[in-house]
Amino acid sequence: MRILRAATVTATVTALAATASGCGGGTTFGGGGSNDSPKTLTYWASNQGPNVEADKKILGPELKKFEKRTGIKVKLEVIPWPELLNRILAATTSGQGPDVLNIGNTWSASLQATGALLPWDKRNFDRIGGRDRFVTPALGATGAAGKDPAAVPLYSLTYALYYNKRMFKDAGISQPPSTWDELVANGKRLSKDGKWALGAEGGQLANNIHQAFVLGKQHGADFFDAAGKPTFTSDGAVAAVKQYVDFMAKDKIIAPGNAEYGQNQSLRDFAKGRTAMVLWQAAATTFAADGMKPADWGVVPVPVPSGTPGTGRQTNSMLAGINIAVFKNTRNLNGARKFVKFMTSDAEQRLLNKTYGSIPPVRTAQLDPAFNRQDTKVLRETLTRSAAPLPQIADEAQFETSVGTAIKDLFADAASGHAVTTESVRARLAKAEQQMAQ
Amino acid sequence: MRRRTAGLRRPAGLPRFARLRRIGLPYLLLLPALLLELLVHLAPMVIGIVMSFKELTQLYIGNWGAAPWKALGNYRISVDLDAPVGAALLHSFLVTCAFSVLAVGLCWLIGTAAAIFLQENFKGRGLLRAVFLTPYALPIYAAVITWAFLFQRDNGLVNHVLHDQLHLTDGRPFWLLGDNSFVALVVVAVWKTWPFAFLVVMAALQNIPKDLYEAAALDGAGIRQQIRRITLPALRPINQVLVLVLFLWTFNDFNTPYVLFGKAAPEAADLISLHIYQSSFVTWNFGTGSAMSVLLLLFLLLVTAGYLLATSRGRKHADG
Amino acid sequence: MASPSVRVPRPSRRRSPMAPPRSFLWTRRIFLTALTGFVLLPVYVMFSSSLKPLEDVSGAFRWLPSEVTIRPYLDIWKTVPLARYFTNSLIVAGSATVCSVVIAIFAAYAVSRYRFRGKRVFTVTVLSTQMFPGILFLLPLFLIFVNIGNSTGIPLYGSRGGLILTYLTFSLPFSIWMLTGYFASVPRELDEAAHVDGCGPLGALFRVVVPAALPGIVAVAVYAFMTAWGEVLFASVMTNDTTRTLSVGLQGYATQNDVYWNQVMAASLVVSVPVVAGFLLLQRYLVAGLTAGAVK
Repeated sequence: MRILRAATVTATVTALAATASGCGGGTTFGGGGSNDSPKTLTYWASNQGPNVEADKKILGPELKKFEKRTGIKVKLEVIPWPELLNRILAATTSGQGPDVLNIGNTWSASLQATGALLPWDKRNFDRIGGRDRFVTPALGATGAAGKDPAAVPLYSLTYALYYNKRMFKDAGISQPPSTWDELVANGKRLSKDGKWALGAEGGQLANNIHQAFVLGKQHGADFFDAAGKPTFTSDGAVAAVKQYVDFMAKDKIIAPGNAEYGQNQSLRDFAKGRTAMVLWQAAATTFAADGMKPADWGVVPVPVPSGTPGTGRQTNSMLAGINIAVFKNTRNLNGARKFVKFMTSDAEQRLLNKTYGSIPPVRTAQLDPAFNRQDTKVLRETLTRSAAPLPQIADEAQFETSVGTAIKDLFADAASGHAVTTESVRARLAKAEQQMAQ
Repeated sequence: MRRRTAGLRRPAGLPRFARLRRIGLPYLLLLPALLLELLVHLAPMVIGIVMSFKELTQLYIGNWGAAPWKALGNYRISVDLDAPVGAALLHSFLVTCAFSVLAVGLCWLIGTAAAIFLQENFKGRGLLRAVFLTPYALPIYAAVITWAFLFQRDNGLVNHVLHDQLHLTDGRPFWLLGDNSFVALVVVAVWKTWPFAFLVVMAALQNIPKDLYEAAALDGAGIRQQIRRITLPALRPINQVLVLVLFLWTFNDFNTPYVLFGKAAPEAADLISLHIYQSSFVTWNFGTGSAMSVLLLLFLLLVTAGYLLATSRGRKHADG
Repeated sequence: MASPSVRVPRPSRRRSPMAPPRSFLWTRRIFLTALTGFVLLPVYVMFSSSLKPLEDVSGAFRWLPSEVTIRPYLDIWKTVPLARYFTNSLIVAGSATVCSVVIAIFAAYAVSRYRFRGKRVFTVTVLSTQMFPGILFLLPLFLIFVNIGNSTGIPLYGSRGGLILTYLTFSLPFSIWMLTGYFASVPRELDEAAHVDGCGPLGALFRVVVPAALPGIVAVAVYAFMTAWGEVLFASVMTNDTTRTLSVGLQGYATQNDVYWNQVMAASLVVSVPVVAGFLLLQRYLVAGLTAGAVK
């Protein structure tokens, strides 16, 4: 009797669940969109400016311009970073999403795998002026190799080495480092009296990955083989991770306290003159907000083992940035493509990248003098010359979490005085690799 | 509900309707709660259980129907103790158990003590009551971030007091890394949760008749005895629920560790909710995350059943 | 920070046999002072951070800020639409609380006063929903809402209504369990007296049981309010620009490179003031208990 009752309850609930979620849920992303509502578009923008309201003010007039030209009204929502991925996830699951959206370029392959984004084949690219308008490294961060890109580059960023001019002068160093050996040598002279040479965000997984990835490139190691299998324990990968952690463990040029940093405290330490160098993407506005004058800091390309930055082993930055994508089941496909064309047009690229402090991935837009200042010049040259996209694999997030955590743990070891050896690094990375295998 | 009662005025059918009404009334009273629970809790839970048998990775997230069945595959990964996922899950399960027991114990103790101390009227009592509820009123994100600031190694208040002012420690310890992170987590969780215990116990105390205390006092019972003989027994029905509720809460707490440590908590403070978050939201692999959740559900059901059995036996006696 | 003054009027201590002994008073004094310190410590740090210029916020800790500015309190309104978020939160949490308490009162009354089939199944099922990690409800619930929206046209997703529905259900299980406990401690003789006076079951509930259990109901209401007030995850996915609530909106002070900590703290304090004030008003009802009900 009781069992029967329980069974009835279960059955009812299941039936309800099934109907409510549309028989197991989800939507199919067939067809590739329609043009049912040609007069409106919904656009989810990521937060690029100092705050969401500022973004609205920056994008608002541009969207008006677009409306005047095409008659299409764009409904804008600027989504803060902590929410963006979950919102996209929910949209992907339910099919209830925007027409056009910004995505972090490292998410490209993952989102591509869901099949929710419009593939940018030759035909689609031709509608916005062709692939060749974009710099090659930026196109590398738009989806898995061998597939049509899932998105189009919109804003690009690279890493650079920011240094405190006064601290360098006080330590008697005339030139900022261009190789890692120089950086360590300089660093040892700078790290004294409670001041430290280099800042790091040991608790920020993504940042850890970005640094380890570049050092990996310089050691000739990718974290994945051609088939997409993780190779975290290769000699090159282990050496790369160890080199990064050794800045704290062996060279002692990073303050132990940085092991727990995860809220960009290292930037503030730099702005307050507590550390002399920091490896960061465009940080100019942050320094200004923290009260550091532009004349007080200098910027140079991130060091390489030897020689000058280039491709392959001379890579010195991961390619960061934002891509713009079209949701596959949009109801205004033509309008969405027009909008992407508008956003990647020379004029908009110049204006928006200038405002946001990023570098346009569109070649012709880079000619603007705004991208030739002391900081933007370095970033721009790195972008075209020596930046490489993170592995474009569907499991990118898992890579970031597993290896990022391994590095975080290694920093914690270093900070609390435990030895960091090749074996201990390899052991941590082996654990990370096993987690990837699941 | 009113309408139904009003419609009962047909004299001929009265006895039958009255009976129906008597039987039907409790169900009618439960109906709104039941419907909402079905919609918002139970249906998603069933979907979650179904998900746990599927390979719901990002390849299929847009079309759940097409996700292949995985039978017990997700469960096998979760309980395979030789593999890193299973081993980590077990470790984090044990950490979570220790954390929950400690946090719930402290919350209950502090909450009850504060409620008893505030039972009697004195100047400033109302103010204290409101002050004690502030941790509850502050937005969680900001409150936990503030704690993270306090626990910073170089710039935090905790080390400033312990090391710089009281000279209790040799070096500056890390609180957000390594083993100390467990302590930090417990402190923050207790700070955040004890006002709930306080609130609930305080409300329950109001239902204890004052004359019981007076009678006991006349019998010569001291304060401690009054608390033991009158207050605590009277709090039993509420305590039974309160402790359970606190336990379930802290066990599934996600916000505190997430804001305090970010995506990757130190091993000593690696709560199970973070694990589930990582194996579902971070990796977009909802099958494995759901399987872990179902295992958790089974465990908590077991604990709850045992707990209710153990605590109700005494009560039934008392109820007669 | 006023340390709690815990003095009991002298005359009453002399006269009443119940007057607590000195040792108890001292324990109380020490305990309450220590607890106040523990509770207010982060609040104080929030307050002092909220008065600092941004570049000083993360410097080495000092008890007193070296430079005080009220700029953050002016800036918080410009950086994010704080007032709108606050209104949204108030509407959502308020409605969810009222609905949840009323529904829980009905359900708890049924559970505490009636014997019926399925009672145990109901209570245990309701409780079991608290054992499933909340984050996994998110996607299924979202799907359900979207599908309901598509088939009936009721916009549950992105609207305040959907969020209210969600939050009120979140607090229901505990509310029902807690209220069942409080109702159980109200003597049944009171109900029976009401029946004798000619009240129906609902009359007895609202005239006798509810007033007698008022402190419990207030406690449950505070709990329901706080559940809705602080929830982050569901709000972040189920709201949009116009319906975003405070708990999520606060994260708008953080951008990729920079977090305006002083503004985060200032905004948190500003939005907490009305809530704490509400507590101060409500706490009167927390102590008007059985006596009030029994006198009638």
